[in-house]
Amino acid sequence: MKLLGKYVDKGMQGNVTLMPEESEDMWHAYNLIAEGDSVRSTTIRKVQNETATGSSTSSRVRTTLTIAVESIDFDTQACVLRLKGRNIEENQYVKMGAYHTLDLELNRKFELRKPEWDTIALERIEMACDPTQSADVAAVVMQEGLANVCLITASMTLVRSKIEVSIPRKRKGNVQQHEKGLAKFYEQVMQSILRHVNFDVVKCVLIASPGFVRDQFYDYMFQQAVKMDYKVLLDNKSRFMLVHASSGFKHSLKEVLQDPAVVAKMSDTKAAGEVKVLEQFYMMLQCEPTKAFYGKKHVLAAAEAQSIEILLISDNLFRCQDIHLRKEYVNLVESVRDAGGEVKIFSSMHISGEQLAQLTGVAAILRFPMPELEDSDDDDDEDGAAGGDNSDSD
Amino acid sequence: MSRHRIVRGMDYNDEYDGYTDVYGHSVDDDCVSPTDQQWLYDRARGQHSMSAFIRKNKGIQEEAEDGAHNEDDEDEAFRKARRDSESFQMPQLDEMAQAKLSSCVDEVRSVVGDSVSERHIVETSMRFDYDIQKILDEILNDETNQKEKEKQRPTKLKVSATATTATSKPNTTPKPTPTKITLAAVKEAKRGFEIASPKAPASPVVSGRNTPVDIGVGGDEAGRGAMAIFKVSKDQANRNTQQLYQLERSEQKSHIHMIVIGHVDAGKSTLMGHMLYDTGNVSQRVMHKHEQESKKLGKQSFMYAWVLDETGEERARGITMDVGQSRIETKSKIVTLLDAPGHKDFIPNMISGATQADVALLVVDATRGEFESGFELGGQTREHAILVRSLGVNQLGVVINKLDTVGWSQERFKEIVHKLKSFLKQAGFKESDVSFTPCSGLTGENLAKAAQEPSLKAWYDGPHLLDVIEHFKVPERSIDRPLRMSVSDIYKGTGSGFCISGRIETGVMCLNDKVLVGASREQAQVKSLVMDELTQTSVFAGDQISVTLAGVDISNVTVGCIICDPQMPIPVTTRFQCRIIVFNVKVPITMGYPVLLHHQSLIEPAVVCKLTASIHKSTGEVVKKKPRCLGNNSCALVEVETSRPICIERYADFKELGRIMLRVAGVTIAAGMVTKIR
Repeated sequence: MKLLGKYVDKGMQGNVTLMPEESEDMWHAYNLIAEGDSVRSTTIRKVQNETATGSSTSSRVRTTLTIAVESIDFDTQACVLRLKGRNIEENQYVKMGAYHTLDLELNRKFELRKPEWDTIALERIEMACDPTQSADVAAVVMQEGLANVCLITASMTLVRSKIEVSIPRKRKGNVQQHEKGLAKFYEQVMQSILRHVNFDVVKCVLIASPGFVRDQFYDYMFQQAVKMDYKVLLDNKSRFMLVHASSGFKHSLKEVLQDPAVVAKMSDTKAAGEVKVLEQFYMMLQCEPTKAFYGKKHVLAAAEAQSIEILLISDNLFRCQDIHLRKEYVNLVESVRDAGGEVKIFSSMHISGEQLAQLTGVAAILRFPMPELEDSDDDDDEDGAAGGDNSDSD
Repeated sequence: MSRHRIVRGMDYNDEYDGYTDVYGHSVDDDCVSPTDQQWLYDRARGQHSMSAFIRKNKGIQEEAEDGAHNEDDEDEAFRKARRDSESFQMPQLDEMAQAKLSSCVDEVRSVVGDSVSERHIVETSMRFDYDIQKILDEILNDETNQKEKEKQRPTKLKVSATATTATSKPNTTPKPTPTKITLAAVKEAKRGFEIASPKAPASPVVSGRNTPVDIGVGGDEAGRGAMAIFKVSKDQANRNTQQLYQLERSEQKSHIHMIVIGHVDAGKSTLMGHMLYDTGNVSQRVMHKHEQESKKLGKQSFMYAWVLDETGEERARGITMDVGQSRIETKSKIVTLLDAPGHKDFIPNMISGATQADVALLVVDATRGEFESGFELGGQTREHAILVRSLGVNQLGVVINKLDTVGWSQERFKEIVHKLKSFLKQAGFKESDVSFTPCSGLTGENLAKAAQEPSLKAWYDGPHLLDVIEHFKVPERSIDRPLRMSVSDIYKGTGSGFCISGRIETGVMCLNDKVLVGASREQAQVKSLVMDELTQTSVFAGDQISVTLAGVDISNVTVGCIICDPQMPIPVTTRFQCRIIVFNVKVPITMGYPVLLHHQSLIEPAVVCKLTASIHKSTGEVVKKKPRCLGNNSCALVEVETSRPICIERYADFKELGRIMLRVAGVTIAAGMVTKIR
């Protein structure tokens, strides 16, 4: 993302002009724009003209519109952001108050005006515009009969394709069927890698599986590559990396990202960092349960006591429609920072973020034990903290 | 168009199948037992309205069963629960009596615990006019001669049934609220959470009697209510399964499935391969071929293992990767051997094998250092043993293998037996169900023949391995329950269509039966049944079969799905409650914890979405409601949500299909049983 202009005054009012450059930026934009903001961007609108004689013609014109956003749609697979709202600046084609849906496009700037900018939003802009953060990794987690081909970017994990094949088990005197089924499965996975992995962007392809599936697949793939002359694969052979995982489900990406060899290679990526922090939280919960808490009520109480060392918070909480709720979370983050704590904002598109979102969306590791929190009756702990919008946590 | 039909050749029986199904039999047709009577709405009996009837039948108590780990008690409790749930209802009383009763029950519970059934207490308390002392005396005395009581039950039931109809009359407008509150209180005292107690009046549908009942009745049962009835032929609906079983199987040897488990390289495959060779199931010629080929690869010691490890990959690497299957015949049994992989990464395969097994053979390596690494240092010996126990296997033969490498030392044997004994007791195996046999898989010592080796004979005169297998007890098969079959493999058969292999968990499947497949409940017809390469016309619970289905697409059948009876389909759900026992875990289980759910052969990603309560391991009391996390060796009630709908049964209804296993990152973190289906 490119920041083209930023005018935010002391009252935290103002506007920002941004230009998305890659599909990941759409995700950032999705996290930035909230209902009630106004967005100005160029768009195509169908305009109907009525001539003096009464006949009408319609034409498509490119025009610049400013709308007050009423609803936001984000397609995770195609990375398209769609904003719907009323026009608030009349021009020659579009009347005031007419509805329009803006499709934010790559390489077209848009201007975002918020009634109040908070630190979370400003940070998000900073993060989006940081060019060093982009490190794309492709990962194939597989087991016999199941494979997930995923793309891991700085703030998203996208499952590009899921391959499910039922492979006949070995049975007495009929091993061929098993081996045939396996070969067919490997072929499909290889085709999927060829289709979905763009080796211009992807720096590394992780192949993870239990047992020997990854070795078998690796051998098969390069045998085929030589046979069929798949140049892309042969040229990028050094980018493949074999890692252990316990299963072929998406969950096991977490294990993959914890593998020491992988950590060494992509230590600075957000995905690996998040997995580590979440693991740290769980370890604390195991060893010293009075120093690790989750759930809005407990965490807010801990923040009040200024005891939070690391705050783990899922970004879907900031996307909620309720402004007061959002403000509460923003205040929480700010208060933790003021008290010298560290705040980790998890992307709900990553595996670990998904897990955190399920875990009420907010958790904290404390500096000192607070056993009194545990004792406080938690009868109605179900405050729907994770109730923001879970539309994207597929 | 009727004149185009070949009326002459028409089978009237077939033609009118639908007719009888639609109209069925009126309840007046047959004699209804008094226990059933109370569930039927009968205008003639003077129950004024349907709503009164429903209200009256509200308080259905079910006996929850005790600890997951003593199988015999479990069986007992299970039977009890079944009967109680069908027949027991809280008597209708006025407010005063109701309150007295509930306080009475509480009091009694605090003394006797959960061992006595709800109805027993209620009945006794009413008999003694709520005098605590007398009631306690009576109940405690009763426990000693419980057996006789069991027999008297049926007569008692009648009394209570008539009593309720009598008492319900004056209360034509009973106060539903007080009734409800007492019930809740009673339950709280009993267990703290409800195992298997439906909210609305339970229909007898779940009872597992093989009679066609309208499945629309049990509205709260997930999926059941929304189902339309699938029509089946009259033959299938009115089959007498016991008779059929007697007819087909009475003169045959009994079947048993045995899984061989143990740490990687303990010698499971070699042991089984040698056993097969010794019992004459592998021809000399084949064995010779294996010997030559393994020699070529420089792995002669693997020649017996090759009998079961057939894929190239398995042979090249020298480890079993998937469950191998074979069978041997002993004097009184046909034994299906399931050779499980020992390697950590293939535990999912081992689990799917173990779900099909009745008994298990645990193989341990006696070599110095090897046993220790397999048993103590995170080896699979422990995990496997716990897994099979949690999956319902309760008879275990322990084979101390490779004793020849330590010179048939008795000390070594004793040392291992001692270590294993205490562990297995902890894991929940009864001492009488575990046997220890010394042998050597490679030399074949003490396998199919009694010990020959002088140094072994010197101190061992127990049974040889084949004898041990011979003496395993055949577990009871639930033949007269509705059909459930779990799919473990799908492959292309020789003829048209495709084959599904798996195990019949309960019930009977016959040729041309109509069945429902999987969570999508697609209807299919059984076209052929094959068991051990022989075609059959009917197969029974406990059989390992392959079946060819017609009318269903191969893409709709997946490994792990359940094939069931169209008239009593299995519930389909994405969310259920279960009682779990947490094993040794590195990180605690919290809400939102992603796990892999193992159910029969099914592996499905799931999320622990709610920790309802942590409960006491032995008493089942609620220790803490909504705990923050579950640590090592705790016991809890949790809710699990899967991303796709799955077929699952409550443990109380189908023991075989109500067991689950939760795994994370290649480690089994919990085992449990399903208590409630959403």
